[in-house]
Amino acid sequence: MADGELLIRNGVVYDPINGVNGEKKDICIRDGKVVESVTNPKVIDAEGRVVMPGGVDIHAHIAGGKVNAGRIMRPEDERKGVEPKTKVCRAQSGYSVPNTFATGYRYARMGYTFVMEAAMPPLAARHTHEEMVDIPILDNAAMPLIDNNWMTMEYVKSGDTDLLAAYIAWMIKATKGYGVKVVNPGGTEAWGWAKNCDLNDAVPYFDVTPAEIIKGLAEATEKFEMPHSIHVHGNMLGHPGNYEMTKDTYDVVKGIKPYRDRPTMHATHTQFHSYGGTTWGNFESKAGAIADYINKNDHVSIDLGSVILGDTTTMTADGPMEYSLYQITGRKWTNHDVELETGTGITPFLYSGKVSVHTIQWAIGQELALLVKDPWKIALTTDHPNAGPFIGYPIIISHLMSKKRRDESAESMHKAIFDRAELPSVDREYDLNEIAIITRGMAAKTLGLHEHGKGHLGVGADADVAIYDMSPEEKDAGKIQKAFLNTKYTIKAGEIVVKDGEVVAAPPGRTIFVTPECDDKLMDEMLVTLKDKFAKYYSVTFNNYPVQDAYLPNPYEIKAPWRSS
Amino acid sequence: MVEVTDVVCSLCGCVCDDIVVEVENNEIVKVKRGACSVGKSKLLGHERIKSPAIRENGELRECSYDEAIKKAAEILYKSRRPLLYGWSSTVCEADKVGVELTEDLGAVMDNTASVCHGPSVLAINDVGLPSCTLGEVKNRADLVIYWGANPSQAHANHMKRYSYVSKGYWTAEGKKGKKMVVVDVRKTMTTKMADVFVQIKQGYDYPVFSALRAILRGHEDVVPDEVGGVPKEQLLEVANMVKESKFMMTFFGMGVTHTGARHNNIVNAIQFTRAAHLHTKANIMPLRGHYNVAGINQVCTWETGFPFAIDMSRGYAWYNPGEQSATDLLYRADCDAAMIIASDPGAHFPGESLKHLAKIPVIQIDPYANPTTEFADVVIPAAVSGIEAEGNVYRMDNIPIRLRKILDTDYLPDEEILERILTEIRAMREKEGE
Repeated sequence: MADGELLIRNGVVYDPINGVNGEKKDICIRDGKVVESVTNPKVIDAEGRVVMPGGVDIHAHIAGGKVNAGRIMRPEDERKGVEPKTKVCRAQSGYSVPNTFATGYRYARMGYTFVMEAAMPPLAARHTHEEMVDIPILDNAAMPLIDNNWMTMEYVKSGDTDLLAAYIAWMIKATKGYGVKVVNPGGTEAWGWAKNCDLNDAVPYFDVTPAEIIKGLAEATEKFEMPHSIHVHGNMLGHPGNYEMTKDTYDVVKGIKPYRDRPTMHATHTQFHSYGGTTWGNFESKAGAIADYINKNDHVSIDLGSVILGDTTTMTADGPMEYSLYQITGRKWTNHDVELETGTGITPFLYSGKVSVHTIQWAIGQELALLVKDPWKIALTTDHPNAGPFIGYPIIISHLMSKKRRDESAESMHKAIFDRAELPSVDREYDLNEIAIITRGMAAKTLGLHEHGKGHLGVGADADVAIYDMSPEEKDAGKIQKAFLNTKYTIKAGEIVVKDGEVVAAPPGRTIFVTPECDDKLMDEMLVTLKDKFAKYYSVTFNNYPVQDAYLPNPYEIKAPWRSS
Repeated sequence: MVEVTDVVCSLCGCVCDDIVVEVENNEIVKVKRGACSVGKSKLLGHERIKSPAIRENGELRECSYDEAIKKAAEILYKSRRPLLYGWSSTVCEADKVGVELTEDLGAVMDNTASVCHGPSVLAINDVGLPSCTLGEVKNRADLVIYWGANPSQAHANHMKRYSYVSKGYWTAEGKKGKKMVVVDVRKTMTTKMADVFVQIKQGYDYPVFSALRAILRGHEDVVPDEVGGVPKEQLLEVANMVKESKFMMTFFGMGVTHTGARHNNIVNAIQFTRAAHLHTKANIMPLRGHYNVAGINQVCTWETGFPFAIDMSRGYAWYNPGEQSATDLLYRADCDAAMIIASDPGAHFPGESLKHLAKIPVIQIDPYANPTTEFADVVIPAAVSGIEAEGNVYRMDNIPIRLRKILDTDYLPDEEILERILTEIRAMREKEGE
């Protein structure tokens, strides 16, 4: 429960959604919300310290079947992060795939209070929800995969956008999901036969192309007042030379009008999609070309997928990509294709600064952040745990804020960074306002969560606050990194959950879900086709499929009405 | 009379969810369709533990839930190293309380996978698992391999719902369009249905997997004329079937996990699948036994990081199967009390391990009496999950399905019994701390 009234006094506040850029001001809190004034508050003295809204992560893999398959496959990773239980905290395990409890505590210690689980296989949605409920402190939501679904491809082929919209509505409701996730559209279905698809290849047996799937899903999504656009992991992730296809993917949704002032597509973990060259031998950064596209266009937002050096566990619904990666490394490999819907691949990976390709990948993520001019188009992510675990965010922040730090790192890495990447020649340094944008403001706005109290500190906002133990004048990259790893205070819904870097309370978070509202007649027509799929092809019944209310003990619903025109 | 549809079976890892029953006067009077004979028998109900009971002078004395729960809490609270074992025939909600109880006590928690597909889990720890959901098999598979398993009798609906006999999108003709290979040491009801029955010598699974791997990787010249009792021609025939298939699926059972090289058999089975994947789409899946043994592995993993044999005595999870697995712990007499829930070590553990279990205080939580009841010191009857209590379970392909509550009961669900034990223990600790 919230601690009644709180007053955060004299902090230097960065609240970019409300245009507050490093102003010394007080934050008043009552009953879990930011208010105008308080009468008898507990006072937190934030004199001279950096104050931001709770962090919002737009894309991470923290809960569900593939995360847990990663844990089962990697006892060696679980051993890395063990911490005994305390009076407040449950026992912790894991580094790149931490257990659910550690996930909540570690995000909260970095000042984060909301995380979007980026890929929920619809048939296994109950699993994602079971784990999300076990992640303390954080509010979260999850995006169901709706792109390789047979229903989707059939409606895209027949051009029935309204019926596709009805299917999307049913799916998001049935999975208690947040929006439409796209992962290697068509390619994951093809992976059911050990094949893959380019953007313009026909999907085997379904006779549609990935480009048509993306366009159809974007059009169908915009039939509703959806808080978030389609969220796209495009085709050919991680392949040398894929940057042209990445730009072609962005072009697919150009001209589709979003329901409000947000992009029509969020393109995720863009680092993995900004590759030049034709082989791993002549692999090079094309972050500049991608940044140029983003600078010139407003219909696409991106997140970084920035690399953290070291060992991690890669996991995605992009089954063929994980297979390629496992073929390169020969390490462990788990695959889990999901009937009529999607797939899963998992394999461990070591990013080494001694390897040219990894070094260039490491540079690309940061180049994207520094070469895209408007930070409102970018969110900081590592596509946790794909490019590295979320616990590495402070490392990226310190690099973005310090050219000196970047130069020091580059010196110790493979020399390819000097001729096949741009990073060493980029002088830009982020300020704290820009950091606040890419770690909370942009993500909240792009997800539409700023209208539901996330990512800002205006009156009426959720009282989610991070107080970092650093002066706004701090230039030392090491000190910046340390401050962003463990807050002085994290406040969640008005309750102090972290103090001096230690978790002092671990209340349950909420599950946020969207309910797209669709005409009954349209829904009934769609259901005839869907029920036939269940009768003939699914291995569970139609009635046992939807996620029951029992899986969301602390629900928060956002309605998405059908747009009249 | 009321007809209830979409009933989910809480018997084996198939978790069939399309069962139709008739209910009259709070009793299932008829199973109309969907269930196999074993599932049907469970749904229709049989002899239950009637009352909570505490053993006194060698005899079980009936008592109230309050008294039994208090006694159970006392035993666990006084224990220096308790073992909490079972967990596979109950729902994830109960399993989660089990993990919390384990943490609270600094206990060892192990589940029935330990004596079942534990070797499969160890193999997955080692190399991962290329797999898929059962609906994928139903819709795509044109080659099904059962290895060391007899689903006709152990998972009676498996072939019909999910594999050889089922009909799906690219398999509309059912078994007519498919091939089935069965590998076993003896003839069974399943081997009779096979297109190819590969009869291997007991304990020779590992070299037979190796021979197939060699052929699939283009090294048939190194394979001798006979491997594990199987002629080379038959190995070439099977490898050829793999190469010509579009989608092959291997299911394996206890015949592979508990013979010869044990978990190394499964590593090799997975490596065989990887080799097959160079020619076709190839997946592999353990045929899990209890309806939620996959679920307890899932819950333990997301809550502690590890799937079974978890020692919480350090305050964090320590995983070393072979040391903290239940049979080994008991064999070394390294625990001084045990709580057995939703399982029956009395019937399934090795004798040497049972000797110690019979000596220490044992709490049993179960709807049904079984050999473990014969030496349990506290017996707490539970509602039957899937009939009298709802909750989440994971099918053998890790697909979560919610069990339904069909009948009312006065028996407490597992989750509530465990929560009350935990509350009692915390109250005792608080009292002592005063």
